[in-house]
Amino acid sequence: MNNYKHIGKDFVPPDIVGKVTGKAKYAEDFRRDGMVFARLLTSPMAHGRVTRIDTSAVDGMEGLVGIITADDVPATEAPIAPMLTNEPVYIGDPILAVAAENETIAEDAIARIKVDIEPMSFVTDPLDSLVEGGPDAREEGNVYSRSREGSGFRTVKWTAEQVDEFRAGKEPTGEFVNEWSYGDLEKGFADAEVILEEPFVTIGYAHMSMEPRTAMAYWENGTCYVYGSAQSQSFWIPGLARLLDVEQDKVVLISENTGGGFGSKIGAYPMAALPGWFSKKIGRPVQLRITREQEYYVGSARVGFQGWIKLGFAKNGRVTAADVYIVEDIGPNATGGDGSSAGGAVSLVYDPLAMRFRGLPVMTNTTPRGAQRGPGQNQIAAVMAPLMDKAAHLLNIDNLEIRKVNAVHSGTTVYADQEPVTSAYMKEALEMGAEMFEWETRRALPRRNGNKVRGLGIGQGYHSAGTNGFDGLVRITPDGKIHLHSGVGNLGTYSYASTTRAAAEVLKCDWEDCVIHRGSTEENLPWSSYQAGSVSIFTHTRANYVAAMDALDKMKAIAADTLGGAPDDYDIDGNRIFLASNPAQGMSYAAIAARAIHLGGAYSGKIYPDDIHEVTQRAVQNLAGSGLIGVAKDNLKREGVIPGLAVAFTEIELDLETGKYDIVDYVGIAECGTVVHPLGLATQMKGGAVWGMGMAGLERHVYDPQNGLPANVGYHQCRIPTYLDTPSEIRTAAVDLPDPQNPFGARGIGEPAMGCSVAAVTAAITDALEGHTFNRTPVSPDMIVNHVAGLEQSFKPLQTNNF
Amino acid sequence: MNPQLSRRRFIKTVIASSVAAASHNSFPVAKAHHVGDGYVDRLITIIVNGKKRRVDVMPQETLAYTLRYKLGLTGTKIGCNRGECGACTVLIDDVTNYSCSTLTHSVRTRNVTTVEGVQSDDGSLHPVQQAFVDELSPQCGFCTPGQVMSAVALLRENPNPTREEARQALSGNICRCGAYDHYLNGVMRAAGQRS
Repeated sequence: MNNYKHIGKDFVPPDIVGKVTGKAKYAEDFRRDGMVFARLLTSPMAHGRVTRIDTSAVDGMEGLVGIITADDVPATEAPIAPMLTNEPVYIGDPILAVAAENETIAEDAIARIKVDIEPMSFVTDPLDSLVEGGPDAREEGNVYSRSREGSGFRTVKWTAEQVDEFRAGKEPTGEFVNEWSYGDLEKGFADAEVILEEPFVTIGYAHMSMEPRTAMAYWENGTCYVYGSAQSQSFWIPGLARLLDVEQDKVVLISENTGGGFGSKIGAYPMAALPGWFSKKIGRPVQLRITREQEYYVGSARVGFQGWIKLGFAKNGRVTAADVYIVEDIGPNATGGDGSSAGGAVSLVYDPLAMRFRGLPVMTNTTPRGAQRGPGQNQIAAVMAPLMDKAAHLLNIDNLEIRKVNAVHSGTTVYADQEPVTSAYMKEALEMGAEMFEWETRRALPRRNGNKVRGLGIGQGYHSAGTNGFDGLVRITPDGKIHLHSGVGNLGTYSYASTTRAAAEVLKCDWEDCVIHRGSTEENLPWSSYQAGSVSIFTHTRANYVAAMDALDKMKAIAADTLGGAPDDYDIDGNRIFLASNPAQGMSYAAIAARAIHLGGAYSGKIYPDDIHEVTQRAVQNLAGSGLIGVAKDNLKREGVIPGLAVAFTEIELDLETGKYDIVDYVGIAECGTVVHPLGLATQMKGGAVWGMGMAGLERHVYDPQNGLPANVGYHQCRIPTYLDTPSEIRTAAVDLPDPQNPFGARGIGEPAMGCSVAAVTAAITDALEGHTFNRTPVSPDMIVNHVAGLEQSFKPLQTNNF
Repeated sequence: MNPQLSRRRFIKTVIASSVAAASHNSFPVAKAHHVGDGYVDRLITIIVNGKKRRVDVMPQETLAYTLRYKLGLTGTKIGCNRGECGACTVLIDDVTNYSCSTLTHSVRTRNVTTVEGVQSDDGSLHPVQQAFVDELSPQCGFCTPGQVMSAVALLRENPNPTREEARQALSGNICRCGAYDHYLNGVMRAAGQRS
């Protein structure tokens, strides 16, 4: 354990009282004088071309204020999603919006407007597009390739035989567009004692954040004020300015609370900018309320996989070779990139001696995809765990042992370029989990009780968990308060607050003397990260650290200048700076702040470093002269991959007659370096566990292939896990070993928290069914019943959109 | 309604009560429909958090809409607007209801309690709210007002629930962040069974 004052200690985040009292404001809770209500008209067709928009039925309609169409907003270059379109590429694609004095009038107007759409070919399953003669999701092609060499549309077709062989579990022989590899794959398989070769499917599904992405906007003196639902805060500014076609200093984002993001609200998205355009057109503040159904459409979804994997194992369980081929469903806007990330996760978590990844991103006319909590890493975690157990069984090794043999450690090199990791303690995490879960004891217990059978599973999750180069900003004012400016968004992890505790730690101040500024551009916030990919904790404890160190250096310089001696003669504690040799001689933080204002220059922010981002520069300019300013860009050392790791142990009780299973116990272990916020970490580990349980057994897209209609636009059909789908208690712990590239040793965890869960559950299902691998998520009860009864499944191999 | 009722029975009850109300002769929806917009019957009094509130209510208006858009009580959230998520949960005569699926005209003589109405008169947090703070129960917080109201209703009916009873009682409230465990910790703490 460390001796930190704030790091590793629980605290009450300042926004939480607002959340339990209802006072916390989300985008839809804001009002503005003269505000009108906008609603969307979305495409009823999966793919088509708007030929006529007839608004004659609403001409002169009382209370109707305006209509905005694709002709009023900037067009985008395909495949980038525009705000409004005349060429919808999925059901739910926004075509126009109306604004009215109230929502009822807006809805009535939407119902009366007639839109003629010429239907075009569409596809809902990538393999249906891939086969010769199959429809393409877009006129430009059916594949969109992103690579180091460039990006672009392609048309890729396989013969019917090639598709059939892929479905039959054979190595795909059709064209692919992405590839990377390392090591000698042939030798790896030649050296293997056991080789597994399996097809797999992971169905995509909607993010379904609790808060639909409502936004409100108005213009004042040429500046657009946007009240949005944002996963990050400062990071939104450049993108939002681009979408609104204004300079960055002409946009203000207010996002005090965000009702969940999970990857779907990383940067500014089209629906956040549409009210700004609408407001400009009609001269009134506009709130665009997004319904639950529309959130399903425009709120993003996980990429689906149809793949093939070949794994070689040595006698001791070591993975000698991994060959991964993934056809990924990237929706109509070619968003995703999960496939290669999945390959990367195989490389890091199982450290194969040789590896190849091949990928083919195929478009479909389903809802747009995007990063969703462990995009790629978590799908492949679900696939890999049962296969590891299958290999362990064939090699007569324990399921825990095979994971320990391959466990990533601080000396492991990963990915195509075989980069180092900053640190990794997977083996320690596995051992901690095994002890808490009593793995060995449970393995020896009876497995069958009537129709019920127990299954045990171990899961491993990974996502890279940190980045660098963002700014920190702290300010000490003459009243002695320490102002922690956080450009981190408030999406529910409390990282906007927990990362600022790094600055409080450096300044050795009491938390009660700290004031966090956040939630609005006008709070003068530093340039901050995208807050995806589990980066916030590593990245922003560093940024707060460098800002606080800058403040500390300035305090010492001022003290030396005022009281004599050299800066290094001074120490701090108790909101005072004093001579280390004579603590009585010193100054309070309040006095130092007053002196900084008097001295000006860099002390009070009149001068600032050249390398800080323009967002931070504007913040400092606004704050200059109000106190002692600590501001810096994070230029600390950062080399190699920063891994966030987690493991889970679970026990399920599976009913062989109904196919239903209950998760009766779950232990999750975080391996994320030093723990910064214990309760926050626990909630992330448990929330991630719930997400994994949803992916393993519940959530999936279902589209009607005949009409392209989505079958589950609401919460009920989406099957978001509820209280009753998840264990009443989830146990968690952390390895808590520091990472050398963070001043406090911290790394991120949000996504691995889910990957370990989905992997543990799929492994437990396999264990309960005596080694049967479905190689598919979600595993639904009908699949289990069919398997137990020896019946064929109701879908053909690799098929998506199965009921 | 007993807060321990299952989600299915809960929804069935809501639907049944709406049907019963709609078929009643004196129901203001029908009246307002016959006389058109602007008829005085649209202006009604409802009791929210112990206070009488005069409000102009459309025939088809839901309680969630009235609370949020007419009375400015934005603590009640609309997550789905179709009785699936529970973010809009309020108490009507101490019983949990989805306000998105309740017509405002049907609550005229009944006591509506929203998340804004559960704190003590002196402003201190309700034990459920305090426990949710202590256990870091909310993550994004959008479902939290609904979770608070379901927990408050449970503890009024059953001050000493088991964790399983709490789980059942809150099962009509979805949390996409998956904070269920911490909400249950909060309920048990508020019930004095956890410290």
